[in-house]
Amino acid sequence: MTIYFLCFILFCIGLYGILRKRNLVKIIIGFSILGYAMNLFMVLLGYRFQGRAPIDSNAQDILNMVDPIPQGLVLTSIVIGLGITALLISVAIRIYEKYGTFDITKIKRLKG
Amino acid sequence: MHNPFFVTYFVIIPLLSAFLISIIGKYVKHRYVEMVASISCFLLLVFSLQGLNILRKASDSVLVYKLGGWALPFGICMVFDGLAGFMLFTVNLIAFLICLYSINYMEKYTDKPKFFTLFFLMLTGMNGLIITGDLFNLFVFLEVASISSYALVAFGTEAEELEASFKYAIMGSVASCFIFLGIALLYGFASTLNMADMANVLSTKPSNWLIPFVSVLFLMGFGLKAALVPFHGWLPDAHSSAPASISAMLSGVLIKTLGLYALMRIFFNVLGVSGIYLSALMFLGALSIIVALVLAVVQWDIKRLLAYSTISQIGYIVLGIGLGTPLGILGGLFHLFNHSTSKSLLFLNAGAVDYSINTRDLREMSGLKQKMPVTANTNLIGSVAISGIPPFHGFFSKLIIVLACIQRGFIGYALAAVIGSLLTLSAVMKMQRYAFLGELKEQYKNIKEVPFLMKFSMSCLAIICIVGGILLLPNLKFFLDSAVNVILEGRDYGRLVMEASIR
Repeated sequence: MTIYFLCFILFCIGLYGILRKRNLVKIIIGFSILGYAMNLFMVLLGYRFQGRAPIDSNAQDILNMVDPIPQGLVLTSIVIGLGITALLISVAIRIYEKYGTFDITKIKRLKG
Repeated sequence: MHNPFFVTYFVIIPLLSAFLISIIGKYVKHRYVEMVASISCFLLLVFSLQGLNILRKASDSVLVYKLGGWALPFGICMVFDGLAGFMLFTVNLIAFLICLYSINYMEKYTDKPKFFTLFFLMLTGMNGLIITGDLFNLFVFLEVASISSYALVAFGTEAEELEASFKYAIMGSVASCFIFLGIALLYGFASTLNMADMANVLSTKPSNWLIPFVSVLFLMGFGLKAALVPFHGWLPDAHSSAPASISAMLSGVLIKTLGLYALMRIFFNVLGVSGIYLSALMFLGALSIIVALVLAVVQWDIKRLLAYSTISQIGYIVLGIGLGTPLGILGGLFHLFNHSTSKSLLFLNAGAVDYSINTRDLREMSGLKQKMPVTANTNLIGSVAISGIPPFHGFFSKLIIVLACIQRGFIGYALAAVIGSLLTLSAVMKMQRYAFLGELKEQYKNIKEVPFLMKFSMSCLAIICIVGGILLLPNLKFFLDSAVNVILEGRDYGRLVMEASIR
């Protein structure tokens, strides 16, 4: 149970970073942490403590096997997260070139 | 029985053209890139018409294609049914016309091959999301479409565009995180990712606290993608900053596919919700209608005005669907189609004005009707169609929604819809009045009407706006009815797909 709670704390840290930080780079880092929390939660859902690797063989019992599907899904999700992070960073660099700052309170040429 | 393999073309064709264009784009002339783009868009339109033809013969037909031949609960499948056919036709019709428009319009920007690459990746994401039958696959396609739309919003790389793109990307990614969390929890509860199988499992299991929690997560995630009112902050910036053809695509089909279609599919067909969730949807819809239009009327930037009006029209669709009665859902879906065509038309008009005089501020333009008659007239048609003046298609869908509200006894919501219609009229007429009527300004004496392909796609959309009402005639009503039936069947979706997969 503790580990789920720690995962939830990681989620909250990510959300805090996105909502409260003013620096674009820190927002991106917050987003990455949020993504890690999600992925960790997905892996935890399929994980069994003292389980064994999900390799099918005759002699072994299926009951204490770790569920492999969330791990496969998380791989996909990590790749998606990488794509978004790369895009966000490149946009942030271009914003820095245009505005000369990473501070979101100064980047407000769009109104209402 | 039809061969379900044609369903995969909706993903194969755009994906293939995206990679083909990105590879050949550097070495060949732009003319060939345009040719590849328009041919593949045309093929997609033809295949979606073939899908409609199947629905015309048997409106309850369900086609299932099993990827790699894996039997259903284990492998990924693609499902073609009434709702998917309806959405595929809408998306690919708009995409075809916008592709033609972009050929001329994107001359303003430098790198046309990159634009078409991103355009087709977005189309891949949307088509894939519509036909997939697997929940995680849906998430992947959603991300494909979202990431390419973040990049497309920033396509001009001006300061405002980058700012809007960053805002959109952060909010969209947080929404995706909530959707991912919802999918993870559902997988943990039902031990399956196939939507049909999940519907079956959920209908046998006793309900517990998890389903309401997951519903709220999905409402938040997809509501943010669809820009319902509490979650609408990113939309006006993103839609007004993007290139006009992309604004039309985002506003016309992307938010409907990513937000509303996915919401409908999961809420009605997988979770089988009712009661309080539908009331929440209706409330959010009515709120969107009023709030967004009040904000729209005071805007002076054409595209920002149209973007706010988009939020309110999404409100109409959600209100109709949230009613949950056959009439309400019919009105909602019909309005979805109507809004796709008319709002794309209006955004394309704004793009045409921008193309000719290089400004989007309504105060700087006047009397453009003398120089740009096609744009002005199609804009008039689009404006009256979206605000619901009788012979045009917007009138019928709004009338159905209002009638459905009265039928269920929600007089307040019906009143909100009527008031919203008046406010829409005043908002879009503001564009007509300031941009096209009045005296022609001195500095615009030498402007020309836009090139042929832009005029062509605007005229096609205007014709659809005029004759769209015929979709309610008995012979053509299968187009809407088959989609409405899929939503009304609820969790029976699971059983039907399972049966179809065995055939």
